Amino acid sequence: MTAAAAVSKGRVTVTNFSLSYDTLEGPVEAVSDAAICVNPGEFVSIIGPSGCGKSTLLNAVAGFLKPTRGEVAVDGEPVAGPSADRGMVFQQYSLFPWKTVRENVEFGLKMKGIDRSKRETSARTLLGLAGLLSFENQYPDSLSGGMKQRVGIIRALATGPKVLLLDEPFGALDAQTRVIMQQILTNMWQRLKTSVLFVTHDIDEAIFLSDRVYCMTARPGTIKAEVAIPLERPRQQSMMMSSEFLALRRGLMSLIREESLKAMGGEVNDTALQGLGIDLHGQTLADVI
Amino acid sequence: MDSAARKLDAPPPVAAADEAPTSAAAPNFVPPKSAPYWKGYVQRWLALHWRDLRAIAIGALSLALFLLAWHLLTTYRVSFHVRFVNVPSPEMVLESLTRALHSSTFMSHVLLSCRRIFIGFTIAAVVAVPLGLVMGRFRPVREFVFPVAEVLRPIPAIAWVPMSIMLWPTNEESIVFITFLGSFFPILLNTLHGMTMVDPVLVRAAQCLGAREASIFREVYFPATLPYVFTGLTVGMGVAWVSLIAAEMISGQFGIGYFTWEAYSLVQYADIALGMICIGVLGLGSSAVIRGVGRVIMPWGKT
Repeated sequence: MTAAAAVSKGRVTVTNFSLSYDTLEGPVEAVSDAAICVNPGEFVSIIGPSGCGKSTLLNAVAGFLKPTRGEVAVDGEPVAGPSADRGMVFQQYSLFPWKTVRENVEFGLKMKGIDRSKRETSARTLLGLAGLLSFENQYPDSLSGGMKQRVGIIRALATGPKVLLLDEPFGALDAQTRVIMQQILTNMWQRLKTSVLFVTHDIDEAIFLSDRVYCMTARPGTIKAEVAIPLERPRQQSMMMSSEFLALRRGLMSLIREESLKAMGGEVNDTALQGLGIDLHGQTLADVI
Repeated sequence: MDSAARKLDAPPPVAAADEAPTSAAAPNFVPPKSAPYWKGYVQRWLALHWRDLRAIAIGALSLALFLLAWHLLTTYRVSFHVRFVNVPSPEMVLESLTRALHSSTFMSHVLLSCRRIFIGFTIAAVVAVPLGLVMGRFRPVREFVFPVAEVLRPIPAIAWVPMSIMLWPTNEESIVFITFLGSFFPILLNTLHGMTMVDPVLVRAAQCLGAREASIFREVYFPATLPYVFTGLTVGMGVAWVSLIAAEMISGQFGIGYFTWEAYSLVQYADIALGMICIGVLGLGSSAVIRGVGRVIMPWGKT
């Protein structure tokens, strides 16, 4: 791995980003005027309520969506479409079921035209790093969710991308596996020093993993806040109980909560949640129910 | 040299002897001897496969009962609206079979039918699979080809017989054409359906790994569609036999379908049943071949 070279590149800049869909009622804005940046080698997360357009933003960086306005660039070059420069990890694992674990990891290198023996060596090195070497000849169907996602991550890293994009990668995993996967991802990132853009709705996950966290608003999505995470590395699971962590968590929680309520529609607010001020029309609540 | 090696080898037995009392003191840790282990293996195999064994037993029983019913109905010439008076008994069919196996004409009927199936089905697969893949990948092609396919598809292959005789210069070609038509549409439609079922996330994953159009087609669309292609091939093979037999009965001079129809005309009733059973076995065998090939080509499949 050309770790030294990777540090010098991988700057993602998104400026004045807006994206709207055309419907019969006219254009609907999914993301409006968002701006983010990922410095080379930095781990940045985007959090926000569901449907806030954080995945839309990530897909635009990947090159699957074209912004209606604004620009997405990696190392100064505008993104024109998907490429191996930007490795992506999907929530649904998205491993090729007809390829063995090693063939999955080798896929990007095969597309680059690297010969078989070199591909095999790199794939085996990465599989060893992810603790999956003994599964190299298995088909993905026989793996657990956590194993599949480890394969997904090293498959995306195998081509040496400038930036790694992860779209709620641990969303389908159980809580224990999730924590272990976060640790594995951190370890890999610290070794490879690739820039990471990570989308999640899990606040703890975002704080634990990131150098910086962007918080998005409900539809149309905009960047509401940018929070630096000054926790020292390497980070341990025990840090999640520290007062520093909890303070960050409280702050982000209140930002997100407000937006989540908005995203759920105008009916739900703090008053409603506490059950106050509801007109019972002269009956007791028990009668109504 | 030899004695030195023996000297070096000597200590281990002593060590083993030293350890022997401890293992005897804790009998739980004695590794199982090979014979009981083997026995346990057989027991476990039986425990895991008893359902399969039961299925085979019930299947054999069912076939035996079928033969018995056939035997009783025909030897006692049962007639209750349905008349078994002229129906050959299993014994007669068996006799007919041994006679047929020694005659070259019967074998040539069978081989000719197999050849027609092979040619018609192969052409259908070679045309329908790529067409289905291209139709699935490129919308305009689908929109162009689909209406014609939809109009022609419901026409049973047997209805094509007169037209086919007019279209093709030889009888042989027209029968192969009927066989081709029968298998063509199931293969095409299943391939097309498979293409629409390809998970778009896998396509995006491939794009993110640097795959271009041709590679995506080869590495994602094609393998993702293969299970559906094989479903189409299996169904297509079944319809190919149906079409072939119909065509042979109407316009053939050879083939197992012709053999069956001729037997009726020549009042050789045992040969009718022989022809039918032969068609059944050939159809079953060809489907099994396709399934076997599918399993070899798609080792990732669960079945």
